[in-house]
Amino acid sequence: MNALGEAALGALGLIVSGEPALAAIVGLSLGVSLSAVALATLIGLPLGAAVAVGRFRGRRVLIVLLNALMGLPPVVVGLLIYLLLSRAGPLGELGLLFTPPAMVIAQTVLVVPIIAALCRQSVEDAWVEYEEQLRSLGAHGMRAALTLVWDTRYSLVTAVLAGLGRALAEVGAVIIVGGNIDGVTRVMTTTIALETSKGDLPLALSLGFILIALVVVLNTAAHLIKEAAQRRYG
Amino acid sequence: MSAAHGILPLVLRDVRFAAGGRSIIDGISAEIASGPATIILGANGAGKSVLMRLMHGLLQPTSGEIAWRAQGGERIRRGQAMVFQHPVMLRRSALANILYALELARVPSAERERQATEALREVGLSDVAHRPARVLSGGEQQRLALARAWALHPEVLFLDEPTANLDPGATREIENVIKAFDASGTKIVMSTHNLGQARRLGDEVLFMHEGRLAERAPIVRFFSQPASAEAAAFIKGESPWA
Repeated sequence: MNALGEAALGALGLIVSGEPALAAIVGLSLGVSLSAVALATLIGLPLGAAVAVGRFRGRRVLIVLLNALMGLPPVVVGLLIYLLLSRAGPLGELGLLFTPPAMVIAQTVLVVPIIAALCRQSVEDAWVEYEEQLRSLGAHGMRAALTLVWDTRYSLVTAVLAGLGRALAEVGAVIIVGGNIDGVTRVMTTTIALETSKGDLPLALSLGFILIALVVVLNTAAHLIKEAAQRRYG
Repeated sequence: MSAAHGILPLVLRDVRFAAGGRSIIDGISAEIASGPATIILGANGAGKSVLMRLMHGLLQPTSGEIAWRAQGGERIRRGQAMVFQHPVMLRRSALANILYALELARVPSAERERQATEALREVGLSDVAHRPARVLSGGEQQRLALARAWALHPEVLFLDEPTANLDPGATREIENVIKAFDASGTKIVMSTHNLGQARRLGDEVLFMHEGRLAERAPIVRFFSQPASAEAAAFIKGESPWA
């Protein structure tokens, strides 16, 4: 049997047996990334909507910047957050470096531009359709922006999912600010990187399977919810 | 709404509006007083929609003046409502769409439900109050837009070709609601290029031609003895059987 086949069999065995170490790693991954996406959604949706509806100086620069930041390299974000949180850094006193909260912060920074930029696009498209009606009814500024966020909620699910996919899949930021400490800050992607370099292919591959399955399940669920809602609410 | 506290009349003084270097409204002066239902008539591109948006405050004139009798932006805004050719409904129930408008108009929350329900009944949409607004038919959505305006109790209601996309049955229903508005004392200002509709709903006509006010006349006289050559040609062209 070839190496891939062996690794795959070993991986299935690990998944089926419900290995506690594996479960802990998957749990931490989900905990960190879901927290980061929740925070990024709270920041990104109002930010994107405000940029979509607002008319202020520097708006176009901000739009280009947000779009560009969607492609922010995770290792660079990791490095910047590392510098902020390291003992000599401005936030060093908090003692967050190499803890899960540091990983949440780094992933939040990565995901905010994705959610904000995609939200900005959806809301701006809706604004073209809604603007006169909302202005006629007397909805201005942030009020109009939040109305549009709620009305484009099914499209925004996609924006949030794109952010979640990014957070779950990235390795560069969490490995720098988390340190990949066994049992403390080791998540799926960092474990895959480590175990592959150590040669423990079954563990790496089983995590890979789980990661892909999670992303597929989350996207399928979101897609079905979106379709059902659109049929129902038009 | 008593005339003594109203926002009317609306006075336009030499109003001009240009966009992209093209003149769309070319020096219109008029006074819109409470009372008669005013029909803004004209061919496509005559500037009817733009004129209504200027009056409603959605557009600012390039030059000239648009003044209501009342002072204060908030009071003027709440004295008027507008129904568009394409009604825009939020992704929520029919009832919730009206509640939203009432909330923006700062109607006390205890009052909203009653006013919204009453407005839906007025336009015959009580049955679909809890259906999502966006899955209603085009005619129902336009009636819902009228109910939303009705709930706001405006002194002036602007209607921009409200039946342009509707079939005859839905058009008749919309016209009946507009008549009810008129009967309740709301000032109607409606644009249309449908002569039959103008006759059915209007008391007076503002006839627009190429961004100018070509003629203003009571409805009967406008059709029997149009004073301007443009109006005569428009009436003849729009009703070839005449």
